[in-house]
Amino acid sequence: MPDSMPALPATPDEATRQTRIRLTINDTPHDLSIAPRRTLLEVLREDLSLTGAKPGCEMGNCGACTVLLDGEAVYSCLVLAIECPGHTITTIEGLTRDGQLHPIQDTFVQYDALQCGFCTPGQVLALKSLLDRNPHPTDDEIDRGMAGNICRCGAYPKIRAAARALARQQP
Amino acid sequence: MPIRIITTHLEFEGQVSEQRVVIEGDEPPVWGPDAALSIVGTPQPRVDGRERVSGVAEYTYDVRLPGMLIAVGLRSPHPHARVTRIDATRAEVAPGVRAVYTRFNAGDFLHPDNERPFFGEELPYAGDLVALVVAESRAQASDACALIAVDYEPLPFVIDPEAALQPDAPHVILTRENNGLSDEYPKTYERGDITRGLAEADVTVEVRFETPAALHNSLETHGATAQWDGRTLTIWTSTQDVYGSRRQVASALGLMHNQVRAIKQYMGGGFGSKFGTHSSGMLAAYAAYKLGRPVQYMLSREEENLCTGHRSPTIQTYHLGAKRDGTITAIDLHAIANVGATGGWFPPVSMVAKEMYQCPNVRTVDEGARTNLGPFAAFRAPGVVEGTAGFEVALDRLAAALNMDPLEFRRKNYAPEHQAMERPYARKLLLEAYDLAAERIGWATRDAEERRYPLGRDGHLRRGVGMASQMWGGDGGPPAQAIAKLLPDGTAVILTGTQDIGTGTRTVLAQIAAEELGLPLEHVRVELGDTEFGVFSPGSGGSMTLSSVGPAVRMAAVEARKELLEVISQLAEAPTDAIELRQGAVFSRETGKEMGTIASFLDQLDGHEITAKGMRGPNAEGMTVRTFGVQFAEVEVDVGTGEVRVLRVVACHDCGRIVNPLTFSSQIEGGIIQGLGFALMEQRIVDDRLGIPVNANLENYKVPTIRDVPEIEIIPLDRPNIHANTLGTLGAGEPPIIPTPGAIANAVAHALGRPVDALPLTPDRVLKLLNQEATV
Ligand code: FES
Ligand code: FES
Repeated sequence: MPDSMPALPATPDEATRQTRIRLTINDTPHDLSIAPRRTLLEVLREDLSLTGAKPGCEMGNCGACTVLLDGEAVYSCLVLAIECPGHTITTIEGLTRDGQLHPIQDTFVQYDALQCGFCTPGQVLALKSLLDRNPHPTDDEIDRGMAGNICRCGAYPKIRAAARALARQQP
Repeated sequence: MPIRIITTHLEFEGQVSEQRVVIEGDEPPVWGPDAALSIVGTPQPRVDGRERVSGVAEYTYDVRLPGMLIAVGLRSPHPHARVTRIDATRAEVAPGVRAVYTRFNAGDFLHPDNERPFFGEELPYAGDLVALVVAESRAQASDACALIAVDYEPLPFVIDPEAALQPDAPHVILTRENNGLSDEYPKTYERGDITRGLAEADVTVEVRFETPAALHNSLETHGATAQWDGRTLTIWTSTQDVYGSRRQVASALGLMHNQVRAIKQYMGGGFGSKFGTHSSGMLAAYAAYKLGRPVQYMLSREEENLCTGHRSPTIQTYHLGAKRDGTITAIDLHAIANVGATGGWFPPVSMVAKEMYQCPNVRTVDEGARTNLGPFAAFRAPGVVEGTAGFEVALDRLAAALNMDPLEFRRKNYAPEHQAMERPYARKLLLEAYDLAAERIGWATRDAEERRYPLGRDGHLRRGVGMASQMWGGDGGPPAQAIAKLLPDGTAVILTGTQDIGTGTRTVLAQIAAEELGLPLEHVRVELGDTEFGVFSPGSGGSMTLSSVGPAVRMAAVEARKELLEVISQLAEAPTDAIELRQGAVFSRETGKEMGTIASFLDQLDGHEITAKGMRGPNAEGMTVRTFGVQFAEVEVDVGTGEVRVLRVVACHDCGRIVNPLTFSSQIEGGIIQGLGFALMEQRIVDDRLGIPVNANLENYKVPTIRDVPEIEIIPLDRPNIHANTLGTLGAGEPPIIPTPGAIANAVAHALGRPVDALPLTPDRVLKLLNQEATV
């Protein structure tokens, strides 16, 4: 018995349905015209070439796409770009200032808290949001705070060590 | 330098093959235990760590080219079907669409390795490719996919491997006579007399053990970006093997090798699944070649989990026998591996049963079953992780039946030489590893009441300690080449064609070159992952990268140093053996005084660059080089919920000389954590009525998070194996994952006092075990 896939109606052409928005990313305003259905992750990567946030699952499971929205770690694959005007967005590219790594980034390198590095921008930002909220997290708070970011290479012991070292150093 | 062609033996993923390779010049003598090394052997952060933490490292997914089109695949929703009609007319005229490929316009595009069409008429698994839409944006391509009407004729299917092997089973692929892997299977290995061995035994056990399909779930999916400029097809591909990618793309498109350039600078994991270029990469190349515009095809997570491979599920049936005193007399194993519809080889499930412990009477039968599921692919020690888990669990059962301590039992059956090949091991430090690791985990007190019942006998927590041994190859081999260039300012560039798949290859190669060239690490740059500028290296897998490419780099650096010393000697009018190089400076051996920097000498020449070549030499003959090791795990089981928590893992592996203790420990930890996932949570779940995997995502396919990670204690042996290669190194990529699931399974059995018969040990499975009669 033939099994026919129904042809679904087309969504209207992206080009004819665009919304103008201003996003403030890493302290820089960007004026954009985008289709309302697009995620922040897509807009960062495709329109702004900010490819530090990675697509790992695009359904909120892995954390590779983590960015900071008003300082809070969010999965940018679950945020629509049109929700973001008026908010402060920080991506991994915004952490390095004048060629200087942020102390979290530097600690990640020193502790080898990365292997392939694909999850790393997300891990760094997740930890930043945790430490900004809670400068001296306990070991358990670190594990809970970082549990939303998968590292398939298993760099976890060293991410933990880096996080603990930073928690000790924080003023 | 004169060349010679030699024949050498190489063991890769458990299969020994004969290689004919060209050798040029002579390798330097091996770095023995007394070699005075100052950079090799020291912990060094990754030389490319900065790029990776700052988001500037360009992964395949990040490649963006002007005018780049995006491809999206439409995949079969049926476990087995024939495509009878495709109507793509609406998709073809949808906004932004530049091409729609199906079997009706691209049916003659064949995979170069197996001649199968990329767009087949018969689709033997859910997730096989039906159509590819190429559009200006991903949204447009996905929208257009929904406009394609496909008529499928559903065909009978089978997903259970034992059912698939029955004579009346539905044909997984219609044109094949049966569902066996190939004519070679089932494949039997025999040594001694199994019947006699079982008859001689005082105690026998029969164990059936099942392992699940684990999905690699590399965080970066498979895929590629390709560009054809009329002269060169350049492919940026997430691969463990740029040279294999070049060969495949050239032969798929009918191009010459010098028209294809494969590039892989950074990749988000591969774990064995990214050898050569996946079909997604060849499709990107095909579309770019046809359309004359760059095309990117990166798989979605769901596609990744349906069509790029998995660790094949196994059913292992053991029949073991031993004498009262613990001497094993018989090992009989029947191993079925489900290789999916189009898997091409059998994972060496039976390797450990043949070789790990002393036994005169062994029979193993390997049987590969095809089913209507995606093809299996190598996954970090394929076959051996599964085989070790099953065999080590069966051994614990035999030890229990003999009333013997499991560790004592393994010591008693220690195999001093390679029984299957009847030749010695180059070295085996396993007994020492047992002692060190057993001491660290506190094996002697594993049965202590207060340790097993942390909340007392009536509490809901039980603890257990288990162990498993590990063996693997990983001594590398030829062919592998490298070039060392010394630039006028005294810095060096090392050219190779290898890949850094996240293991830290770039860093260890830089350490090796810096050591030999007398340069600080920052003055050495290692280039890899590009067929255009590199020189041949094999794919990165089998735990062989360092041991294959490292010696070539070392030889190139040694040759470059020779020429550098010659140059300095002529300029300084001093014999070469009176000069020493250290940290970028030249010293007089006699006075110990600095004579200037290396740069100050090279600067005196007009535009000279020193260029030298190195090659990996042949492997040692007449012996087997292996990594051996052991892991012990301590677990806590909540008998109320069935939840298992791993508390500690102690690992002791002989990986030869350790070039970088920092990245070495990362490899070991990563392997253990993947092994923990396999033991406790990872499994592809297939709806057996529909024949469709239902958790092809990261929502319901569970991988470990930071909260699952136990304390991991690594006991490094760090001793060069002088038979392995001129560095004395052995691989460390696969050894650490091999014993983890077996050690955890045995620890859970110890905690529960009940045998374990399958992985993963999810709470529901543990609760079921608790409802069975206690037998251990
Ligand atoms: S890509 Fe957003 S959570 Fe995975
Ligand atoms: S470093 Fe590879 S996924 Fe985390």
